[in-house]
Amino acid sequence: MYVKRLALAGAVSLAATGAYAECSFENTSEVTMLSAAFEAWVAVTDAMAECGNFTPELDQEFRTKQPEGFAASPSLYQIGGVSNGTITPLLNQETIRPLDDLIAAYGAHLTPNQLIQIDGETMAVAMMVNVQHLMYREDILSDLGIETPTTWEEVLAAAETIQEAGVVDYPMGGTMKAGWNLAQEFVNMFGGFGGDFVNDDNTPNVNSEAGLAALDMMMRLTEYMDPEFLVSDSTYVQQQFQQGSIAMANLWASRGGAMNDEAESQVVGLVGSAAAPLAMEGGAPATTLWWDGIVVAANISDEEADNAFRLAMEGISSETVAAAPDAAIWLIDGYEPNAMATGAIASATANPAPPAYPSTTQMGLMHTALGNELPAFFTGDLSAEEALAAVEAAYTVAAQEAGLLE
Amino acid sequence: MKFKTFIWFVAPSLFLMLLFIAAPLTSVFLGSFQITQPVVQQVEVETCSAGFLAQTCTTDLQTVPVIDDETGDIVTTTEWVGFLSYARVLEPQRAWEAIKALDYNALMQINFWSALRFTLMFTLVTLPFVIGVGLAIALAVNSAAKALRGPIIFVSLLPFIITPVIGSLSIYWLFVGDGILTRGIEAWLDRDIAMFAQGWTIELLMLFYRVWHVAPFAFVIFYAGLQTVNQDTLESAIIDGASRWDRLRYVVIPHLMPLIVFIALIHLMDAYRVFDEIVGFRAEAHVTSLQYLTFDFLRPDDAGNRAFSRASASSMLTMLGIVVLLIPLLRRTWRDHKGNSH
Repeated sequence: MYVKRLALAGAVSLAATGAYAECSFENTSEVTMLSAAFEAWVAVTDAMAECGNFTPELDQEFRTKQPEGFAASPSLYQIGGVSNGTITPLLNQETIRPLDDLIAAYGAHLTPNQLIQIDGETMAVAMMVNVQHLMYREDILSDLGIETPTTWEEVLAAAETIQEAGVVDYPMGGTMKAGWNLAQEFVNMFGGFGGDFVNDDNTPNVNSEAGLAALDMMMRLTEYMDPEFLVSDSTYVQQQFQQGSIAMANLWASRGGAMNDEAESQVVGLVGSAAAPLAMEGGAPATTLWWDGIVVAANISDEEADNAFRLAMEGISSETVAAAPDAAIWLIDGYEPNAMATGAIASATANPAPPAYPSTTQMGLMHTALGNELPAFFTGDLSAEEALAAVEAAYTVAAQEAGLLE
Repeated sequence: MKFKTFIWFVAPSLFLMLLFIAAPLTSVFLGSFQITQPVVQQVEVETCSAGFLAQTCTTDLQTVPVIDDETGDIVTTTEWVGFLSYARVLEPQRAWEAIKALDYNALMQINFWSALRFTLMFTLVTLPFVIGVGLAIALAVNSAAKALRGPIIFVSLLPFIITPVIGSLSIYWLFVGDGILTRGIEAWLDRDIAMFAQGWTIELLMLFYRVWHVAPFAFVIFYAGLQTVNQDTLESAIIDGASRWDRLRYVVIPHLMPLIVFIALIHLMDAYRVFDEIVGFRAEAHVTSLQYLTFDFLRPDDAGNRAFSRASASSMLTMLGIVVLLIPLLRRTWRDHKGNSH
């Protein structure tokens, strides 16, 4: 029995070696990569592993490890998986290299909107977009005769109707966990009301009409949520959907695939997605656009970079998309959007379009200040004005310490 | 022992203590008085970002650090700022105004003071419970039948073996909105329960968890101590007509006093560093502790910013707090050690 299993394992690893043949070039040197750990990165790194000599490190703590890892000389990783939120420290420290030459040599299949350019130099190649948008139970909305909401006021009205019908535990879910998640929700809503976070002289600017309107709307939404919303992150909201306990939520497009995962979801085929609702008439959808993509380290030799880039191109190719079509809203050639992608695409292509999440040092400080100070508003300890004043105070101290303000 | 021999004996430990305790402490101490900043410049940057159909390009003014052409590192300046970082953590002016106005809520809005409030409360409330529950289990096991003692000791030690993060996470998953226990209680009482929606229920769960987790440690120490109680004294106390309670009060507890002080010392040091519960219970919206505050300063955001100076100041303050808490117990131990209790 044991021998049989061993033989089988041998056969499988032989087959895996055979898979190297699918790789279009011979990967001669060792390549390592550090990225986030969600489904799309698994698909990409799996495709890259077919070439052999490749060690991926998929870690949700990548954002704290990446700056140090890339600053080392030689760099600890040849390739990094980043998003527009996490590329900032790498750009600031200049630890990633311009990719234009490599793209000219090996990136013929890349489309122009995949190229992330800073002052004309391509610093990253995006493979997918991600937005937070409205996800909802199609069956509940059609049973109750509710049109798909397009503004947050309509979401509130729909939530009221669903609450009265009593078909779910809570009409709304929300990624309102204190810290990064809550701050991100505010960023979405504040942007939807047309707010600007930071002035040109780096002083904060959230204690404004838009800030008050955003907090007011978020507070009204929480009335339809599980009272424990301050501990609820993306995974928790995803599970609430899967267990059928909520009917609507503003959730990441990358979570869409989980809704139709028969192994863990009770609502397969019942969850639809629509553009992020508008916060105000004529505004952009209340969300920010994110992209995820690859960067190549600066502190490695040109040959290593050349090799690593070719391997990365193997990962973000049409074959990857064909193998995992639902893992992301791919930007790669050959992607056919499925039903779950309609919301994200509607958000991204809205007119006016939502802004990309701003990748700046100030925004990092502001995001932290929002995440730390806003919970006091939602627990009822502070009024909206006081909470926003506290955010501005916390940001100011942090910015002074970081040398951005006098 | 010759002085030279003595030195050779302690030199390795002394060296390691200097390396791993004194040196980091000094560097944190120095770090709390200085601020290292990158030199920044404002530049206009054109950023082209990925959209679903097309690139979107924006040009805006960005503040970016200056890079040294030779070393390739960010140019930084380090300044001595005195107590500025301490002031930024403590916010003395705001705190004093809140105290003058007797506005408790305003004082609790300053992160440091609300963290200090919780840390002190947590430490001082769990202390008597840990000692009391530990002693109670020890007494119970001591009077249990000999054959049962082994299994009982094993089972009651289990909570202490669990890693704190895992332990607090398991409590969290039991009591969160749709956790097994919450669902059970909800079905039983026929009402909606949300333990993690307000601060006081979270604090109660944390207190409960810490006592559950640490009492076994106290129990084992006390149980060992109980084995050394002088049986003759106990017997003569029985002959003199002392009740169970009297024997406990006049014989057993005085005998265990050094151990009680020891447990108190360890527990104060440990509980003042409360951190795992905050993370495990995701309590940062409602309560935070001093250790969590330091952690939060040190944690880099997406743009890579960390507040090193404030983190140093906050950890020095935490150390100061532990020392202040320990002084009464250390004085007692010192007096006992010297042999005169007056």
